[in-house]
Amino acid sequence: MRITEHPILEFKREEKLSFYYNGQPVEAYKGETVAAALHAAGVRKFGESAELRHPRGLFCAIGNCSSCFMTVDGEANVRVCVTHVREGMKVEEQKGKGDVWNG
Amino acid sequence: MVEAEIIVIGGGPAGLSAAKAAASLGARVIVCERDELPGGQLVKQTHKFFGSEKQSAGERGIHIGEKLLKEVMENEKITLLTDATAIGIYEDGVVGILHRGSFVKYKPQRVVIATGASEKFLAFSGNDLPGIYGAGAVQTLMNVAGVKPAERVLMIGSGNIGLIVSYQLKQAGVEVAAVIEAAPKIGGYLVHASKIRRAGIPILTGWTIMEAYGDGQVEGAKICRLDDKWQPIPGTEQDVKCDVICLAVGLSPLTELCWQAECEMKFVRELSGHVPVTDKNLETTHKGIYAAGDVSGIEEASSAMVEGRLAGYAAAESLGYGQERAAALKEEARAELDELRAGPMGAKIRQGIETMESKGGKVYVNLDRYSR
Repeated sequence: MRITEHPILEFKREEKLSFYYNGQPVEAYKGETVAAALHAAGVRKFGESAELRHPRGLFCAIGNCSSCFMTVDGEANVRVCVTHVREGMKVEEQKGKGDVWNG
Repeated sequence: MVEAEIIVIGGGPAGLSAAKAAASLGARVIVCERDELPGGQLVKQTHKFFGSEKQSAGERGIHIGEKLLKEVMENEKITLLTDATAIGIYEDGVVGILHRGSFVKYKPQRVVIATGASEKFLAFSGNDLPGIYGAGAVQTLMNVAGVKPAERVLMIGSGNIGLIVSYQLKQAGVEVAAVIEAAPKIGGYLVHASKIRRAGIPILTGWTIMEAYGDGQVEGAKICRLDDKWQPIPGTEQDVKCDVICLAVGLSPLTELCWQAECEMKFVRELSGHVPVTDKNLETTHKGIYAAGDVSGIEEASSAMVEGRLAGYAAAESLGYGQERAAALKEEARAELDELRAGPMGAKIRQGIETMESKGGKVYVNLDRYSR
């Protein structure tokens, strides 16, 4: 959910675009991060851990901790908290370490 | 290889202030900021700052950040690189920067490390569930992206960040179930604490989180009381329904580049970990490398900005700029730092600086272990 009314801040949103999350279209605004767009769409689980396959989501949201790894346009281990959405981008939940050789 | 006079690593309050100060004396500065949006944590601080007029007290952090950024961007002596991560400071003085996917080598004459801090984590059962967010992440979601981070939050930690973010959550229309604090008393300023209490948010001191639970993401937490030896008191467990658990349990200086550059480091608890040893000009033991802001000890944005100024003036002066003015400007910055650290809330940082000084001269950390 997006914040529309705020006592101090005003959110200037750029044009709408759409990307794919696990094959499903998700609406987003240009200039926002994949993590923010997914969170706004109610998605918090971004992947599964390497060994125990525990669900993983974001933690720091500034590119520090690497908890938010997803596979983006075939590239594994992308920190979606600092990756901006692009029209038609394919974002997939990453299970484990991701395939870094074949994408 | 790109030759440079001064490279500032980090475009937060300390880094931008350092660049502005150095450029004001005539030096050319390159600032590298890893994010697309410079300003560091200032971009999410909707509250008004304390301090004196010199540190823009009474203004909101976001506006202080916007003003600083504008001044930096309009200054033709400063080049601001965004999406630019400094990934190494090498033996030959080269700074490697990954700028928009390309690796660029810079050869600066001076470096100001202003990398800031990262958030601390907390050990409890279920702490890896999606929905357990650092306080900075919650602020990024709601104050930068404009996304409602949660419906109901349990805040862990009653330092200034925990208190301020609780209030910001309320402003964003999010319910805060409670702020819990393991220590027997509230950590942050009472003015912030009273504000959130007036907003109806309980602050529970002497409580801790035992467990987070939920199917695939956070649905609630088990909390309990602690005795005076910080041990859980059986039978005091309570269940708190929430969809986000926000951790505001402190920060650690981001010192990787200082270690790599072999700056002498010391562990000072009050400064929140290992920090570089610096002199009165904030120069580290590695000549030509300065450290300013949270990287040299966790404090506040106000003092980070003043430290940045001090390091910026000093770096420019050492290159021969502003010889007549630099000494007075540095003295002014030092006086401001003393003033900011004078009150009771500055006791911890004063103690930290004292500890650092008392450790001066002897190598606290065995640097040999880290050498080649």
